[in-house]
Amino acid sequence: MEALDIPAVSEEGRLGRVRAAREAWSGLPFVAPYLTVFLVLLVYPLVSGMWLSLHKADLFGGSQFIGFENYARLFHDDVFRQAIWNTFYFVLLTVPALTLIGLGLALALNTASRWSALLRGLFFSSSVLSVTIVTLIWRMVLVPDGGLVGLPAIPFLSDAKLTLPAIAITTVWWCIGLPMMLFLAALQQVPKDLYEAAALDNSGWWRTLLRVTLPSIQRTALVVVVIETILQFQLFGQAQILTLGGPNNASLPIVLFIYQIGFQRWDIGYAAAASEILFCIILVAAMAQFFASRGRERSA
Amino acid sequence: MSGLALKGVSKRFGDTPVLDDISLEMGAEEFVVVLGPSGCGKSTLLRAVAGLETIDSGSIEIAGRRVDTLPPGQRGVAMVFQSYALYPHMTVRENMAFGLRNIGVAREEIARRVVDAARMLEMEPLLDRRPAQLSGGQRQRAAIARAIVKEPKLFMFDEPLSNLDAALRARTRQEIANLHRRIRTAMLFVTHDQTEAMTLADRIVVMNQRRIEQAGTPAEIYRDPATVFVATFVGSPAMNILPVRAAPSRGSQRATLDGAAFETTVPVTNVPADAPLQLGLRPEAVRLCPAGEGAIDGKIVFCEFLGDRSYVYLALSGGGRIVAQVDAGFAAAEGQTAGIAFDPAAAHLFDADGRSLRRAV
Repeated sequence: MEALDIPAVSEEGRLGRVRAAREAWSGLPFVAPYLTVFLVLLVYPLVSGMWLSLHKADLFGGSQFIGFENYARLFHDDVFRQAIWNTFYFVLLTVPALTLIGLGLALALNTASRWSALLRGLFFSSSVLSVTIVTLIWRMVLVPDGGLVGLPAIPFLSDAKLTLPAIAITTVWWCIGLPMMLFLAALQQVPKDLYEAAALDNSGWWRTLLRVTLPSIQRTALVVVVIETILQFQLFGQAQILTLGGPNNASLPIVLFIYQIGFQRWDIGYAAAASEILFCIILVAAMAQFFASRGRERSA
Repeated sequence: MSGLALKGVSKRFGDTPVLDDISLEMGAEEFVVVLGPSGCGKSTLLRAVAGLETIDSGSIEIAGRRVDTLPPGQRGVAMVFQSYALYPHMTVRENMAFGLRNIGVAREEIARRVVDAARMLEMEPLLDRRPAQLSGGQRQRAAIARAIVKEPKLFMFDEPLSNLDAALRARTRQEIANLHRRIRTAMLFVTHDQTEAMTLADRIVVMNQRRIEQAGTPAEIYRDPATVFVATFVGSPAMNILPVRAAPSRGSQRATLDGAAFETTVPVTNVPADAPLQLGLRPEAVRLCPAGEGAIDGKIVFCEFLGDRSYVYLALSGGGRIVAQVDAGFAAAEGQTAGIAFDPAAAHLFDADGRSLRRAV
């Protein structure tokens, strides 16, 4: 009897597996549209870019496999090293400023008054402008002769030490809307009861901010820092329009370097290699922040 | 010295009045439960005492000190919120210590009070857990412990049992009653649940439509309701209210129901004969007897068996309905006619405005 039972059980198991596989595939039509977009617009370009970075190639089709030679060239390229330094410096100038100012504005405007609603709209409005408009406005402010800031003439766009801070100020003005909105959304999720409990616990404004508000929105703070880090590492338009990377590459960011190499010198393989390095930098920076924050949350 | 004294407290939200001339005094060790339906103003009253809402007029004194202009943290009160409002990123120990640190209590004193409160509520093993790692009942106890360590002059509870399941609610109710017996501090407890009010309170304050309807011991509230609202809000099933007419009386008030006259023990008042009144009868005061032998007859429309007792719902010929509490062994079929009798001493009479005639004497 036992010998007869065994094939019956395994047959049932086989049918079960077939049914499970059929059920798994039946979900495919639902994910297929997104999967197609994901594969065609994200995975394929990513792999294609990595492959391209291993070639000496130009925009007109000539291509020759050269292994890691483009990467070796990049590490000895002073202009690229300058671009990396500039980009890190720019990220350091903008990300903390965007996070702190965004948080400050959100805290100040997290009320139900009409003025708050109006000011929230005003502060967010700069975010909907194109980079061209933003840089044209700030060009008027920053150019010493005929600019809005007339006295004394400070050469914001031609002094090597001032160009990146000037671009950073422009960028903070342009991008402040998103962090402010993210922080506002997070603040509105903090239960009102917690503030009332803190009031009954004799907690002042500052202590409530540090011990109740900030711990409640720390996940959003991490999201803001990661998003802004990814965005600001990709600085391009502001530097391209305000300074063209000058003077003497003092404001040349990595993306502008890639653009100049790829689309002005047509060395597309070399530009692809620089893009891959930027990709790795952003990935490492974002992951480092993510893991650092998770570790802090666990130890807290 | 009183625990809490409210004098003529009123409050409006814009054009909407939410508290209307509330006056109440409670003893320094008294447990007062504010009972009322949703929207009656009971939570606003509690929040006004805590300082989480301002008041438009009147005064609030806690332990003999006027506090209505002081911020919440300086009123000497502690509150257990409906949602518990524990700080989610702090451990239970830190939650308890937070308020004490803010007022500069010494570290050793904080540690002592935290351990004492945790021991009292049997939650020492939970001190280093965060709220997310606690069950609903444990969070409830953590919130109570956070209130205890502050050693307040007045404890306040804002519907603290409403998020618990039935069994846990009954147990926590007993724990709160025990806690009050041990620490003998004024407690103000807000709820819409009459069982909580009846079991916990030294005194119940029934609120309705922004005003205090009646204040008294649980027995007074149940046995001698001042208004039809109190009579029907407290007690389950609610007190039967039947429209009757005043009959000529001497000594005690008589009335007629569907043409049949009956006696009460309510002292006679100056209500004119034939004036409309309302008769109140608790279900347990109604006796069923063979048809024709009671004050009036009713047709049984529904029987509810509850194990130890049953409720019988009867339709009266005049159109009213009445509920009678009977023994679980009561045998009667739906559709059967039964006589309805009651003890005159258990009958309540209310005037047309819903005020008790007993109290009008």
